[in-house]
Amino acid sequence: MSSERKAAARQRRGVWALGAFAILYLVFLYLPVLFLPLFSFNDSRFIAFPLQGFTLAWYEEMLADDAMLNALGNSLQVGISVAILSTILGLLGAKAVTRYAMPGKEAITAFIMLPLFIPEIILGISILILWSALDFPLSLMTVAMGHTLICVPFAMAVLTSRLDGFDQSLEEASLDLGENAWMTFWRVTFPLVMPGIASSLLLTFIVSFDEFLIAFFLSGTEPTLPVFMWSELRFPSKLPRMLALGALILLASCVLVVFAEWLRRRGVSDAERGGGYGIT
Amino acid sequence: MSEQAYIDIVGVTKRFAGGVKAVDNANLGIKRGEFFSLLGPSGCGKTTLLRMIAGFEFPSEGEIRIDGQNVEGVAANYRPTNMVFQSYAIFPHLNVRDNVAYGLRKDRLSRSELNKRVDEALNMVKLQGFGARQSSQLSGGQRQRVALARALIKRPKVLLLDEPLSALDKKLREEMQFELRQLQQNVGITFVFVTHDQEEALSLSDRVAVMFSGKILQVAGARQLYESPSSRAVADFIGSINFFPGVVKGIEGQEIVVEAEGLGLLRAPIAAGTGGASFKPGSAILVAIRPEKLSLSVEPPPGNAITVKGTVLTSAYLGDRSHYHVRIPGREAPVAVSGTQSARSLDVLHAHGTDIYLSVSGSSVILLPPD
Repeated sequence: MSSERKAAARQRRGVWALGAFAILYLVFLYLPVLFLPLFSFNDSRFIAFPLQGFTLAWYEEMLADDAMLNALGNSLQVGISVAILSTILGLLGAKAVTRYAMPGKEAITAFIMLPLFIPEIILGISILILWSALDFPLSLMTVAMGHTLICVPFAMAVLTSRLDGFDQSLEEASLDLGENAWMTFWRVTFPLVMPGIASSLLLTFIVSFDEFLIAFFLSGTEPTLPVFMWSELRFPSKLPRMLALGALILLASCVLVVFAEWLRRRGVSDAERGGGYGIT
Repeated sequence: MSEQAYIDIVGVTKRFAGGVKAVDNANLGIKRGEFFSLLGPSGCGKTTLLRMIAGFEFPSEGEIRIDGQNVEGVAANYRPTNMVFQSYAIFPHLNVRDNVAYGLRKDRLSRSELNKRVDEALNMVKLQGFGARQSSQLSGGQRQRVALARALIKRPKVLLLDEPLSALDKKLREEMQFELRQLQQNVGITFVFVTHDQEEALSLSDRVAVMFSGKILQVAGARQLYESPSSRAVADFIGSINFFPGVVKGIEGQEIVVEAEGLGLLRAPIAAGTGGASFKPGSAILVAIRPEKLSLSVEPPPGNAITVKGTVLTSAYLGDRSHYHVRIPGREAPVAVSGTQSARSLDVLHAHGTDIYLSVSGSSVILLPPD
């Protein structure tokens, strides 16, 4: 009897410890992030407690800072192009490796995935050397190309898993019912892979948007937002408006993540409704 | 192949990467309006042959003609065939109505005409009122009906069915077999049906092609396949059977005299399922006897049936019939016997190990070339 009670007590303690750990973990993870919006409303140029009162001044300053908005614009431009380009490339690659038998398929896949495992600083420097050797001017385009290199593996991974679990006879059925390959893609493959395409777009956009090293080496005179922020950190007076911008980006990413998760879940329940076609 | 054949498969071979022959020199003529089955164990090439008719695979050699047209190089979307897939391949993002209407986009029908066609198709498979359902809300049997309606609405010349019943439970499968047969008779379309289930093939089809490792072994109706198989493989695959290796002793008029393992000298009419093989005295032969053609008796049976003495090793009561294993001298493997009502009394009369007489009439004996 008593040993049973001891075991129960031990189990209760275990649950308690696990709960405490989880809370500590979340605090550790998110507390620093929460300082960002907190201090962005603080009425003081110095990032220090105690808080000095509420202000929207930093947000006004941010909106007036053309260089910063310009950098934000650059980042959006690069991020959107990279998301679209790498998702298209990833979709083609994923379709090829999941639908066609070809020699050296594993090797090709590994080769496409390789940039994930090369330190970005190495990639950044190598690409920089390449462009200087070719006398190619650095611009947002060179940044976007560098980002595409590291984003295609993400797109491939997301889309391959989606296409892999996809009953191939669905595409055959469409052909059999008289549609050609393009209409089959449009009427069957695309709607079923749509949630995967959306997650790929979001994921690759975010990877590009916050990438620093490659952008630092390749951006030339047009900085992306991370590069711009890094260069502005030297001026303490400009820090609060960066907190304001950071807070807004944080909010936007939260909205994006929730949206992406909603899309993914909708995809999963589609697959469940599909009754075992296993669309992941 | 023949003039009346609607689907002509002439010398078709399909080689896959690595040189594996999935289909090996297949020759076949399927008639218009026929319910034709391709039957064989998994991996025998029946699905590959079906997929070549559909246009999903292309022959490495030979040609396929549908209604007199060589379909070489014609893609699936231009063939007058439609297919019911093993997985049914119901589009999960579309409801029943849109699934059924999928193939009509190019026909550019008016809305009322389209609705009429879809309703007709749904009626045909008894799915009236299911149009708005999502595919996830359908049972296995209903999915199968949607797949049928979706294919038939195209008014194909040939409907191809790839093991369409294998995913259903036994009771539903029997129901659907019956309905499929009725449907085929109503629409009058040529059905080509792939299955590994011999009972299904025999009960549904006008004719069956039995396939083994890429080769078509025999094409015949159900009765002929069962009563006169042309080879050991077919005899073995369709139903159960006992094989007795033997030697031809002589030919006397319409009768052949054979010395077979455990049976001794026996006489059988040559017409009895010789499978077209010509037997010469001294050559090896295979005597095959179905378990239900054998009878057991306590006394030697009257008349001139082939009779040997044996002992019952095991018996199993199966309700409508009983199964016995009988040991006969001169043969190692026991002989399988299946008896109906009349043989039942033996269960009571004879414990295992008693002597009984095993007999079969000469006309029930199947004579096959050795392997």
